[in-house]
Amino acid sequence: MSNIAKAFERGKAFIPFITCGDPDLETTAAVVRAAVLNGADLIELGIPFSDPTAEGPVIQDASLRALRGGVTTDKIFELVRELRRDVTVPMVFMTYANVVFSYGAERFISTCRDIGIDGLILPDLPFEEKEEFLPLCHQYSVDLISLIAPTSENRIAMIAREAEGFLYIVSSLGVTGMRSEITTDLAAIVEVVRKNTDIPCAIGFGISNPEQAAHMAALSDGAIVGSAIVRLLEQYGKDAPGYVGAYVKQMKDAVIHASI
Amino acid sequence: MTNPNGRFGIHGGQYIPETLMNAVIELDEAYQHYKEDPAFNRELTELLNEYAGRPSRLYYAAKMTADLGGAKIYLKREDLNHTGAHKINNVLGQALLAKKMGKTRLIAETGAGQHGVATATAAALMGMECVVFMGKEDTVRQALNVYRMRLLGAEVIPVTSGTATLKDAVSEAMREWTNRIDDTHYCLGSVMGPHPFPTIVRDFQAVISREIKAQMLEKEGRLPDAVIACVGGGSNAIGSFYHFIGDKDVRLIGCEAAGRGVDTFETAATVATGKVGIFHGMKSYFCQDEYGQIAPVYSISAGLDYPGVGPEHAYLHDIGRAEYVPVTDEEAVCAFEYLARTEGIIPAIESAHAVAHAMRLAPTLGKDKCIVITVSGRGDKDCAAIARYRGEDLYE
Repeated sequence: MSNIAKAFERGKAFIPFITCGDPDLETTAAVVRAAVLNGADLIELGIPFSDPTAEGPVIQDASLRALRGGVTTDKIFELVRELRRDVTVPMVFMTYANVVFSYGAERFISTCRDIGIDGLILPDLPFEEKEEFLPLCHQYSVDLISLIAPTSENRIAMIAREAEGFLYIVSSLGVTGMRSEITTDLAAIVEVVRKNTDIPCAIGFGISNPEQAAHMAALSDGAIVGSAIVRLLEQYGKDAPGYVGAYVKQMKDAVIHASI
Repeated sequence: MTNPNGRFGIHGGQYIPETLMNAVIELDEAYQHYKEDPAFNRELTELLNEYAGRPSRLYYAAKMTADLGGAKIYLKREDLNHTGAHKINNVLGQALLAKKMGKTRLIAETGAGQHGVATATAAALMGMECVVFMGKEDTVRQALNVYRMRLLGAEVIPVTSGTATLKDAVSEAMREWTNRIDDTHYCLGSVMGPHPFPTIVRDFQAVISREIKAQMLEKEGRLPDAVIACVGGGSNAIGSFYHFIGDKDVRLIGCEAAGRGVDTFETAATVATGKVGIFHGMKSYFCQDEYGQIAPVYSISAGLDYPGVGPEHAYLHDIGRAEYVPVTDEEAVCAFEYLARTEGIIPAIESAHAVAHAMRLAPTLGKDKCIVITVSGRGDKDCAAIARYRGEDLYE
């Protein structure tokens, strides 16, 4: 069984996303530990890409800050090695196909296994292109996480049937970023997902406050939050770990017993 | 040349967010239907001929030929099209297709502004809403085209993210498309992006080589020895090459923007300096660093200032069917001035890259050879920038 399943064993899951290297890798490490200490069930570590086409302004800016600060894929691998000395919750990388491809897919994915990365989320790798990396992910036991969008419709069943790790349900049209309102009929999407797979599903994009998170977790198995956390890093820089810890606690408390 | 998943050899594909997958599948299905539809094709041909002014002339450049002292030089005059460039060929096709699909809004990226102007034009003609994304830096370099787009009723959004040039305009247009799909068609301007765009844009631009072939047979009774075109994403080049790909004796030469030189970091010559990667929906060659971060590129030409190249060009390079050569800013500016003085034709600075290579090649070939240069657009938009390059204090 995938290690990622452990993330969904403590009630509904809260999954924070953190851009590695913003403002520096020491802060990233401290933020990850603060999030885990305060109840984060799975950590999404963003490897910054120069041109993140699925991201809104908050994560775009964080990516560029991190790259300007000199972060590289190799330095992020070292960060994960260091984190794995004490962090046991599942961790996945979120990045773009070119970051994996250019590093050498086998070299990248085998390193993921060696350092304790459990899965890979690539927003520009849809179902039709997953063969690019899937055989290597299987070879090295790294889950290739699939995404489902509000526009997926007739594709939901096909994607869910072959999904592994967990399913990432995109809450709304558009790119990542905080939204005041989420109008997609997510219950209908989750219903099709449940009919086609037993793996957990979590909802992300646009979630920033405990009410939204509780609502999304009630509909699914957990809530994913990126931009709201990255915003705290933008605001507080090296002092962010305390703020992120408090935020994660509030969010985990909101989702843990969420039900419809 | 294309398999069902939109592959050209290893290149191409559909590396896009799940949110857009049904949109590109719907587009592909609509295109497969309408490209065989006689009524659609009649309507498109009428637009191309009556509105855009096709067929474009194949002009024998006698003075240039005599001056260079080698091969006979013909100019394929895409600069004479309505809106002043080859971009209109693709835009009329896509706008008509979008309209048939029930879309009411066109979005587009633009570099030099030519594709944005063409899209704004088609939107005005067909009564559609139009939003154009343009790098902030390019809105300054090409201020006149920004005014033209607004005059035509389009909204122009200056893009400040990343390097604020063409690649960022493409990224921003893709982001906007994921935000609003139902009524919106993304009218991509080059043979790039996810399948089916590289195929659709190529097919709409292939009119260029279809005409060159007929015109050469009429004028010379034979095919040209070489066809030369500039390559950014590569739409005028693939349009100029396409119907000659099977004619192995016709050399196909794409001219990339080398900027300040391929041995500097200020270049946009993707085939010469890039490596295979995955970006903007496709696998192809990209200028990038060792970790796959897309490199900032530079060229005097805003239309060639792109870190990638269309997947079919990447394939034609891999199999050795087409040659890709770098041309520097300085060479392009010299060719811009040369064509103006020699033939009385001011080419777009993009097209001047192709003229520059022809000036190198023609003298090495015998007088019995013929080469065709595609003049992809007119150069009025570039005059102020070239004057500044030459040290004149000229602003629009």
